[in-house]
Amino acid sequence: MPAANAHPPFQALVEAHATDVARFLRGMVGAEAAEDALQDTFLAALRAYPGFDGSNPRAWLLTIARNKAIDERRRKRPEPFADVDGIVARGGSAQPDGEALWAAVGSLPQKQRAAVVLRFALDLRYREVGEAMGTSEEAARRSVHEGLKSLRKSDAIEEVRA
Amino acid sequence: MSETVEMKRAARRATGGEVDLGELSAALGAAAAEEGLLDIAYCEVDSPVGQLLAAATPAGLVQLGYPNQSRDEMLAALAQRISPRLLEAPARLDPVRRELDEYFAGKRQRFDLRLDWQLTSGFRQQVLRETAAIPFGETRTYMEMAASAGSPRAHRAAGSALGSNPIPIIVPCHRVLRSGGGLGGYGGGLDVKRELLTLEGAL
Repeated sequence: MPAANAHPPFQALVEAHATDVARFLRGMVGAEAAEDALQDTFLAALRAYPGFDGSNPRAWLLTIARNKAIDERRRKRPEPFADVDGIVARGGSAQPDGEALWAAVGSLPQKQRAAVVLRFALDLRYREVGEAMGTSEEAARRSVHEGLKSLRKSDAIEEVRA
Repeated sequence: MSETVEMKRAARRATGGEVDLGELSAALGAAAAEEGLLDIAYCEVDSPVGQLLAAATPAGLVQLGYPNQSRDEMLAALAQRISPRLLEAPARLDPVRRELDEYFAGKRQRFDLRLDWQLTSGFRQQVLRETAAIPFGETRTYMEMAASAGSPRAHRAAGSALGSNPIPIIVPCHRVLRSGGGLGGYGGGLDVKRELLTLEGAL
């Protein structure tokens, strides 16, 4: 068994962060695939737990979750998201819940998507987005803005507003 | 509506929804146990003397906590003394729950559970192992326990060993009384000690 150390019970991490990790994964791979990915994330974290430095459990878990999301999307094609063009083409009035907008997020490049999901679904500050992505606050801000720019270009944001 | 508000609203709708924590940790616990990663599984067990907190390593039941003990403190101490790979995963505790239910229903007089003694050592463990052998419905004195652990004069040390019992009820320290017939002490509270002795017909 691992030597005694100051790590809190792993269950405490599950209880404190499962909701954020689940939101992030739903944003990254869709609700259905997120269920398995959530368990895989925490299992991988449990495996690595004795070596974790304990400093920022949420960022640590989100980093593991992001790797699981990348694995998941590599494994599964086509995209688990709804057909973006179809939804966007149908226009905003039929999509009052922002479904078109969020479907477009699913088609963003991985880094931008992760940044956008962390910023808006988890409501993280840019500094925290950076911590979860292993980048600077500035790089995190840039990724979010690039993501938003792509969404504007694809008209997803305007379609929802219309 | 600002772009940020709009994005947050859409994100909440698309990614919201409750996570069933009980379900997640049980599934996680099962997968972890299969991989040998579940160093401690714990769960709550309802009983007539209140909600007990049972914790088991792969070797066996390592601790049973009374309602008057802080759940968080007990789990934090287990994480520190044994391993932080600790999950609320009831499956491993199924036999514990079953045998406790039977005991409280008056259908079981002896526990057949595997015990992990690692939270105790030396003379204390000696006293507790002797205590585990006191039959249902019988009582001993602190002095007798000290003697059977090999130090007849160490009745105070025997008392403190019993006070530190990490697995009460199963290791029946409630069956140890003062020489004059007084109840002595009890970690779970004297009411619980009295209730257990009454259940066993020893009072």
